[in-house]
Amino acid sequence: MSRRILVGCKRVIDYAVKIRVKPDKTGVVTEGVKHSMNPFDEIALEEAIRLKEKKIASEIVVVSCGPSQCQETLRTALAMGADRGIHVEVPNPEYEGLQPLAVARILQRLSEREKIDIVILGKQAIDDDCNQTGQILSGMLDWPIGTFVSKVEVEGERINLTREIDGGLEEISVGIPCVITADLRLNEPRYATLPNIMKAKKKKLDVCKPGDLGVDITPRLIVVSVEEPPVREAGVKVEDAQSLFDVLKKEGHFN
Amino acid sequence: MLASLRCSLRRACHYTTPLTRRLASSLCTDPTHNLSTEQQELYRTARTFADNELKPKMREWDEREEFPKEVMKRAATLGFGGLYVQEGVGGSGLSRLDTSVVFEALSTGCVSTTAYISIHNMCCWMIDRYGSDKQRAEHLPGLVTMDRLASYCLTEPGAGSDASALSLSARKEEGVYVLNGTKAFISGGGDTDVYVVMARTGGQGPKGITCFMVEKNSEGLGFGKKEKKIGWNSQPTRAVIFEDCRIPDSNRIGKEGEGFNIAMNGLNGGRINIASCSIGAAQASLEQTIEHTRVRYAFGKKLSEFQHIQFKLADMATKLVTSRVMVRRAADCLDNDTHDKVSMCSMAKLYATDSCFEVCNDALQLHGGYGYLKEYPVQQYMRDTRVHQILEGTNEVMKLIISRNILSQ
Repeated sequence: MSRRILVGCKRVIDYAVKIRVKPDKTGVVTEGVKHSMNPFDEIALEEAIRLKEKKIASEIVVVSCGPSQCQETLRTALAMGADRGIHVEVPNPEYEGLQPLAVARILQRLSEREKIDIVILGKQAIDDDCNQTGQILSGMLDWPIGTFVSKVEVEGERINLTREIDGGLEEISVGIPCVITADLRLNEPRYATLPNIMKAKKKKLDVCKPGDLGVDITPRLIVVSVEEPPVREAGVKVEDAQSLFDVLKKEGHFN
Repeated sequence: MLASLRCSLRRACHYTTPLTRRLASSLCTDPTHNLSTEQQELYRTARTFADNELKPKMREWDEREEFPKEVMKRAATLGFGGLYVQEGVGGSGLSRLDTSVVFEALSTGCVSTTAYISIHNMCCWMIDRYGSDKQRAEHLPGLVTMDRLASYCLTEPGAGSDASALSLSARKEEGVYVLNGTKAFISGGGDTDVYVVMARTGGQGPKGITCFMVEKNSEGLGFGKKEKKIGWNSQPTRAVIFEDCRIPDSNRIGKEGEGFNIAMNGLNGGRINIASCSIGAAQASLEQTIEHTRVRYAFGKKLSEFQHIQFKLADMATKLVTSRVMVRRAADCLDNDTHDKVSMCSMAKLYATDSCFEVCNDALQLHGGYGYLKEYPVQQYMRDTRVHQILEGTNEVMKLIISRNILSQ
């Protein structure tokens, strides 16, 4: 039974870049800074490609929401092995206000339009760390969801998922259609091979706007200020446990 | 959260964290500028491979003189084993410019290994371009996957720059050629499977030279001792000795007397490849030096705040970018078979190998005493790129070629 998989590929500041806060404190500097695909989304895409190689899926559709540079991210995804891409264009000033609620709504509309069977997302983006889109999406679609997944095993009409939770590993079984969010240890993403990089040129990349999908992307949350964490100060050494207790009490940690 | 995530990404994810990798698209030294989207993707893929698979091992391979066959095979699965070999036999069918981009990226991880991969690629191209369909079908599929490795044999103890004076002889007998003589400084020699050899079948000079493929287990083929070098240590270098070495005459590549032509045409690409390796080394050296000047203090200031150091970095960046522009332009000339392609490739090799060695050497100096320690990669980039000014045609021979061209009008 061949399925169609949707994978979200967010373009984020490259994880190795040193982040600088903008002087006006409205966010971080993104202009001219190196960006790449969210590492968890790469892991999600790799899992989708493996499902396709096992003939469980027949088509992988990748989606990215944002300014025109998102098409680079989609091209990388196509080079890794996705079949076609959809760029939901949100140009720059509005893009800063694009939040998980709106993205989930966009993905919901696309999942319905493209007749998707499985949505695989990264568990969170490394720029906002929201960890919400997958969860909201599953609510909108009314599909089961497995979050923080570290293992995917398809058994006929159901999928066995292993989730990494605080207490250890949890195994659940979900039906198809479903949403999966990928965690770090799910897999190791592959390199794009040269033949695939060349083939990617010929793959389809469609562009649309949130309005075309009937989605209002007005932000519901307002960012008040973005600041660097406080500079780490020197600590204090104490002689014994009693002195430690006294210091902690004096600083009000036992109220 | 981000800090701990980065730590766990470093451990578990296939990305390792190169602290010095701060490529930003407004940087003039960004290697992906002016490239097509596919070429940018090529650079990214090759660079990621270099960061993950080569960089962590470059020191170990250098110290242990290890020839990393397994890692090279992995590189070949990405298509790096036959970059400009035609697709029908398993090659990647890329242009010389695409190839330059790939080698530049790989070289940031390990110059020596990348240089060997480029030599292997050149041998594959010679078989692809001048071999018969039968030879191509029989040998190339195994070579482009790097399941079998190739070496290039032109230089002899008595004939280096004066290549057309080579004396390895190939005597024609019934169904075979019998080879007698020695080749020197052969990269991969003794550890590779296929030797692309230039030998004399006819009279003196270039027109008497013919190209052959010699397999490792051929009768009469032997090797000298492994040479001890100051760099390029991840590839073994040995003399290749032919004592009544018999090879089937079906192993001749191209026609008798065509060998020198094949060699010279191969070298155009080989020169761009080596120059690209120098650029990768300079790129990595510069990145690491910038990082160092941001953290090292002297006289109460960061090194990067001293004007002399800033000017030095500006010089280094300018040499790097100029080399890159020159090499890519020469690659383009080769791709388009322009009338000046030979001089352009020579000029690119001359300029890039000299300038990028200077960048690597300056990088060492800017690291101060630390630059001299093997703990820091800068010294290895310097040692590895030093030989690029000598092989594939010495930089002096490059000047001969260029001056001949400009004086010919």
